[in-house]
Amino acid sequence: MDVLTAARMQMAFSLGWHIIFACIGMAMPFFMAYTEWKWLKTGEQVYLDLTKAWSKGVAIFFAVGAVSGTVLAFELGLLWPGFMEHAGDIIGMPFSWEGSAFFMEAIALGIFLYGWNRVNKWMHWVSGLVVGISGVLSGIFVVAANGWMNSPSGFDYVNGEFTNIDPVAAMFNDAWFTQALHMTFAAFCATGFAVAGVHAILLLKDKDNLFHRKATQVALLFGAIAALAMPITGDIAAKDVAKRQPAKLAAMEALYHTERPASLIIGGIPNDERQEVDYALRIPYALSFLAHGDFNAEVIGLDQIPDDEEPPVLITHLAFQIMIGCGGLMLLIALAFFWFSSSAKRRPILLRNWWLKLIGLATPLGFIALEAGWTVTEVGRQPWIIYEVMRTKDAVTPVPGIQYSFIMILAIYTLLTLVLIFLMRRQIKTVSLLYASANKEGKVVKDKATLEAALKE
Amino acid sequence: MMVEFVMLVMGVALFFYTVLGGADFGAGIIEMLTGERSIRTISKAIAPVWEANHVWLILVLVVIFNGFPKVFSTMSIMLHIPLLLVLVGMIFRGTAFTFRHYDVIEDSSHRYYHFCFRASSLLTPFFLGMTLGAVILGRISPDLNAGFYAVFIAPWLNAFCIGMGLFTTLLFSYVSAVFLIGEVETEEGRQIMITYSKRSLIALMLLGALIMALAEWSGLALFQQFLAQPISLATIILATLLIPLIFRTIEKRQINTMRVLVGGQVAVIFIGWAAVQFPDFIRFNDGTALTIYNTAAGAATFRQLVIALTVGVLIILPAFFYLFKVFKQKV
Ligand code: HDD
Ligand code: HEM
Ligand code: HEM
Repeated sequence: MDVLTAARMQMAFSLGWHIIFACIGMAMPFFMAYTEWKWLKTGEQVYLDLTKAWSKGVAIFFAVGAVSGTVLAFELGLLWPGFMEHAGDIIGMPFSWEGSAFFMEAIALGIFLYGWNRVNKWMHWVSGLVVGISGVLSGIFVVAANGWMNSPSGFDYVNGEFTNIDPVAAMFNDAWFTQALHMTFAAFCATGFAVAGVHAILLLKDKDNLFHRKATQVALLFGAIAALAMPITGDIAAKDVAKRQPAKLAAMEALYHTERPASLIIGGIPNDERQEVDYALRIPYALSFLAHGDFNAEVIGLDQIPDDEEPPVLITHLAFQIMIGCGGLMLLIALAFFWFSSSAKRRPILLRNWWLKLIGLATPLGFIALEAGWTVTEVGRQPWIIYEVMRTKDAVTPVPGIQYSFIMILAIYTLLTLVLIFLMRRQIKTVSLLYASANKEGKVVKDKATLEAALKE
Repeated sequence: MMVEFVMLVMGVALFFYTVLGGADFGAGIIEMLTGERSIRTISKAIAPVWEANHVWLILVLVVIFNGFPKVFSTMSIMLHIPLLLVLVGMIFRGTAFTFRHYDVIEDSSHRYYHFCFRASSLLTPFFLGMTLGAVILGRISPDLNAGFYAVFIAPWLNAFCIGMGLFTTLLFSYVSAVFLIGEVETEEGRQIMITYSKRSLIALMLLGALIMALAEWSGLALFQQFLAQPISLATIILATLLIPLIFRTIEKRQINTMRVLVGGQVAVIFIGWAAVQFPDFIRFNDGTALTIYNTAAGAATFRQLVIALTVGVLIILPAFFYLFKVFKQKV
């Protein structure tokens, strides 16, 4: 592995890890704001229990989000000094706003987690909402910075020099809005399905458990609404990519040859040597329509892209198929969910074993789609770090031995992932003891011996 | 003017990080020295604020890479190794603290978190101080082809930087001990913090003198530089004069006065150092330097940065004080 590969892998890995916690940090505060609001309105214990139980888990994820985000902030320099040296002042603006958002988030989080007995109820609720709003804002800001890498603007590039810098124009680049829109819904979609899935699995073992019932319901509601938005916002994103990054679109679709009209290639395995896609399903005219809104439009293929500017086709295409596939499955589940919920006669289906199993199986779909989507965006931009301005290989650090730091980060994150799973299992095992609405007797048990025994099971 | 304003905000952020973040780090060090007895106090005192405290560092980082991108990239290359070590320390510290704090119950699995939390609390400030030392010392080579050792190791792995590492570690634990005097619930615990505060203050003085000597020995006339400038000279005198005063307030257990004085003392040390360092960011071994002027981003960027920082200060400071106020009142 050379330094460039190691640096790319380390960046990809750190980002892919951070995004999980970032999404939880964006979506969960709204789930909790919803349940806490229900509690304030109805006084039902289950909503308070849910808010509290979730906030304990979320506190852990938040801290991991903060830590892994700090890692990224350092890594931008440690791995890509050539990029930061030129891009820092151009796209610093969204990052400095992001910094302000982090502050608000951290402060509000302190009050939300520790202020239960210290501030008044509504102030507490507001602080939870502020956590969510600033989380979403920081996500939007950082995605705006990423949008700039895809669609650089706000400067003149003359003889290798960046002049005439306009940070406002850089922040509001052509890609920021579509990416931020799609990303924000993705956070809710992924988190909603993941949370609903976990509670659904627990519900399978104990059908009457009010706590897990409500949890599944609330999380799935958020996830399902977002799942409806994914194809719509994704289509906007795709039309945008078609306009501004034809090479990326060609790689996503594995379109080796320019076509007019172009057919949509679904699945299959791209073969670079023969410039063909094996085992794929083709839908005539569909790509022209999806990319440009016109059944007869020309879609640029990889044959029109200079060889040294082509992104890796196989990874980009597969990742895109995975995102769409997962998105499609979640869309079907979401439609079924709304159909079943829409009448009292059908609602019992939502507690049937097969349905709960389905939701349980869908637990990772959102996050898989999310990681795949980012792979499309990032790998599809290659070989550029700043599209058509700077190549990734020119931005990488001259420090030798990045391979070792990559292995180290990989090892640390793997360890942390295992510990997180361990900790979450402990929380789940004790839910039925710690929260009245999560057991039949409506009891709360807090003595150490009982909890210890429960953990041993 | 904008450049100076941004530098001022950055200085203030760095100061808050030293005092507030430092108190966090120091708590881990003290926990290591005093063992199990202090865990509860420490967790209780820092849990609600650690994330907010941590953001000060993010702020410093963002200001550097936005306002002075060349400094950010140069540091990231030349001081890659110590910065990576700082980073690893932060990962372990942040996660270990949260893991043990939010776990369902305390049991034997916690000893790993304790170990990670304490070890990283000790090592992170050490490497942070070493990095700072390298920036001050001026052994960084502008020529990347001078050999791996000369470029990536020698600038920070030397006596002066080790001294700076120790100084930072000690400073953090001192700030923390003083802070914890007002937080511990038992008399016995309070006694421990008081003794620690006093001893670490004396040790800091000695270490400070040693660092001056090490600088001299390494060819950096730090002491003369401090004496040559009225501001830095004044700060040295002031920091020294504060020592007996701080001892007295510790004796009398005037919690708030003591905290303010110690904060003031840290601020004074900071200002003195800044006066000596100004306007250099990074000094190279060929006598040149990256200064705040020859690396500052363009006016348009600074205008945005100033706006973001001003809005940030206006919204965040009140919120920050509110947070502290909420957690000061006893319930
Ligand atoms: C829950 C996750 C999820 C789901 C179900 C989908 N996506 Fe997505 N997609 C993302 C999560 C995501 C993402 C991870 O959030 C990305 C990466 C960068 C971005 O802005 O959003 C993304 C990027 C992304 C891009 C590239 C944007 C760019 O490079 O600027 C396109 C064209 C699509 N998506 C299209 C779709 C379509 C047509 C979907 C239909 C079902 C879809 N996505 C479902
Ligand atoms: C959190 C979601 C993200 C994920 C999962 C992600 C994923 C990836 C992947 C897979 C790569 C490697 C691409 C390759 O080399 O083939 C990469 C590279 C990179 N990403 Fe992202 N990315 C994310 C968001 C961002 C954001 C928001 C930024 C910037 C503000 C960013 C900046 C970079 C940089 C600088 C590189 C290295 C240069 C390059 O390979 O082009 N990423 N990322
Ligand atoms: C290059 C890319 C990125 C960098 C440098 C970065 C940086 C950071 C930093 C420093 C933090 C910690 C703030 C704190 O101390 O509380 C953080 C947290 C966060 N980041 Fe990222 N981030 C990146 C990518 C992303 C992406 C792609 C998203 C989402 C779309 C995102 C959303 C968030 C959110 C919501 C948080 C708060 C999370 C929490 O507190 O749990 N970040 N990020």
